[in-house]
Amino acid sequence: MSVVVKLEDVHKSFGLVEVLRGVSFEVSAGEVVAIIGRSGSGKSTALRCINRLEKIQSGSIEVCGRRVEAPDLDLRALRQDVGIVFQSYNLFPHLTVEENIVLAPRRVKNVKGAEAHALARTALEQVGLSDKIDAYPEQLSGGQQQRVAIARSLAMSPKVMLFDEVTSALDPELTGEVLRVMEKLAKGGMTMIMVTHEMGFARRAADRVIYMHTGKVWETGTGAMLGSPQTPELKNFLANEL
Amino acid sequence: MMYTFDFSSLWAYWPEFLAGALTTLEMTFAATVLGLCIGVAGAIARGSRHAWLRVVAGGYVELVRNTPFLIQIFFLFFGLASVGVRMPVLAAAVLAMVINVGAYTTEIVRAGIEAVHPGQIEAAESLGLSVPQVYWYVILRPALERVYPALTSQFVLMMLSSSITSQISAEELTAVANNIQSITFRSLETYIVVALLYLVLTVLLKSGFWLLGQGLFPRRRRLGTPL
Repeated sequence: MSVVVKLEDVHKSFGLVEVLRGVSFEVSAGEVVAIIGRSGSGKSTALRCINRLEKIQSGSIEVCGRRVEAPDLDLRALRQDVGIVFQSYNLFPHLTVEENIVLAPRRVKNVKGAEAHALARTALEQVGLSDKIDAYPEQLSGGQQQRVAIARSLAMSPKVMLFDEVTSALDPELTGEVLRVMEKLAKGGMTMIMVTHEMGFARRAADRVIYMHTGKVWETGTGAMLGSPQTPELKNFLANEL
Repeated sequence: MMYTFDFSSLWAYWPEFLAGALTTLEMTFAATVLGLCIGVAGAIARGSRHAWLRVVAGGYVELVRNTPFLIQIFFLFFGLASVGVRMPVLAAAVLAMVINVGAYTTEIVRAGIEAVHPGQIEAAESLGLSVPQVYWYVILRPALERVYPALTSQFVLMMLSSSITSQISAEELTAVANNIQSITFRSLETYIVVALLYLVLTVLLKSGFWLLGQGLFPRRRRLGTPL
């Protein structure tokens, strides 16, 4: 299988604080990878480096054959290949659900009227929100807003999708509806990297789990690894998490 | 003390009143359009990555907001004339209004821009939108929607303070009134009429802004809630 995302010895500091201390991992096409770990372990930062929301100090990141840290990187092209969904949804509050979804396809890919509308319909069907096409974000629940954010990302047909603690702001019921959408995407063959605190979900949906600790990949394995942790740090982390 | 009102002697001057009111309206329209452009540019400059842009925009805002409007007008019209820069009265009046309202608008728009959640900007950038596209679709539109009521009252205020330009004899409503009362000696009646005319202009301007807002901000029109 072809490698879609590859991090090699990535270092990243914010001021004097070294957040990533030599992170390496690969994600192949169609693979679903969950990154778990404590707050401050660098997992969100690692994710944000992949579409260059954060710039790295050393090491290399390759996404769909592009070197992310290269000075001559075509940033907009990279971002068309990489979708990202955030913890705080970040929908555009002044636009309807449809307008949120078609903004980038229309302005970046030049998709026109009826075609854009169809694109929005398809994306909303995928997240089960066809009836909300004309609603404004403030009229939706948190879970619905997050599903619209996923649809907005999907409409750009990314080659890989990043999920940054997308259910952390939601109650258990709304968390469930968002996770179901993500599982469906995973089954549909989408390449996904998700930072999550939902251990049950990571175990169930992920092909591979990466445990990060103090800015490093500490342990990695299949979902089953969560049942038999090798390192005391992961054991400790899981004990506190459950 | 008895005073007999006599509005009839003013009747002959209605074309002058009307012309004055129209001039005020035209000056206001020009200053609103240009002032808004300066305000948006100024607000973007104040949040710029480049320190020199922030300093220039900040200096402009402080200079204008901390000096009297009348002095700004005199500076532009009389002051610059003595170094050879002469301009027609109306041009000087409108220019003064634009410079003045532009500074206040800069601060209002800046407040709107700063209220846009940084996460929305990140989301837009992550979708591949270019920097100008992010500014236009994701920052400025909600920013303007948010501060629209404040903008409206700022431009109403500017229209009212345009009366100060009568001091350089811009033939707007107040200057017209000054002339008429000096001819008719009916100052009380004249200024009552002028006050009412300003009131009408204000209502017109506010209605114009309201209508424009209905077109520009469909979310507000449909939901009626502030952003």
